[in-house]
Amino acid sequence: MLWIAQRASAAVLALCVIVHLITIIYAVRNGLSAAGILERTRGNYGWFVFYAVFVAAIAVHAPIGLRNILSEMLGWRGAALNLLVLVLAIALALSGWRAAFAVFT
Amino acid sequence: MNNDFRARSHPAYWAFIVHRVSGLLLAVFLPFHFWVLGQALRNTAALEGFLRWSEQPLVKFAETGLILLLAAHLAGGVRLLMLEFLAWRDWHKTLLAVAAGVSLAIGLAFALNVV
Repeated sequence: MLWIAQRASAAVLALCVIVHLITIIYAVRNGLSAAGILERTRGNYGWFVFYAVFVAAIAVHAPIGLRNILSEMLGWRGAALNLLVLVLAIALALSGWRAAFAVFT
Repeated sequence: MNNDFRARSHPAYWAFIVHRVSGLLLAVFLPFHFWVLGQALRNTAALEGFLRWSEQPLVKFAETGLILLLAAHLAGGVRLLMLEFLAWRDWHKTLLAVAAGVSLAIGLAFALNVV
């Protein structure tokens, strides 16, 4: 289940990261400004949905990756590890969606 | 016979290390990234202040490093997905070089645009 979730989220992230990198390289050409960023994102439902999906995929992918590292390199297993990973996933999702909402409104 | 040295001198081992380290560092960076963007919720000036702070050469250097990490994790991840889900072909051997090349090109594109 986690294996599939990691690969499925990786496939979504591959597309999102390509779009994100292109946007970053385009946006920094003339220097970053809060006004410039918000002009692109405020009230733009397309970007809002994109970032919401991006964050959801991150919230699945990053905690599973950290779980693999903790499990393989430190030998940590069991319910406490799963609970930590779940808390990390929820925290990443909420803080990420908050950020997406912040630049949308 | 101990094969540790041979295994660790293989390019695929270094690709594994780069993927793991880049993933870990990006995961550490993410909460900070979300927190900074979340500043826009309270006031635009706070976000603007952070962006002005980020114009320092050392911060730009660190940002270029982050872009490299993201590009390396992307390229390495796409390579892994292709290895796992596509039938083996000889050109898979060149994926490592392609992944490294794409990462460096993206990092360079960012560095040239930001400086």
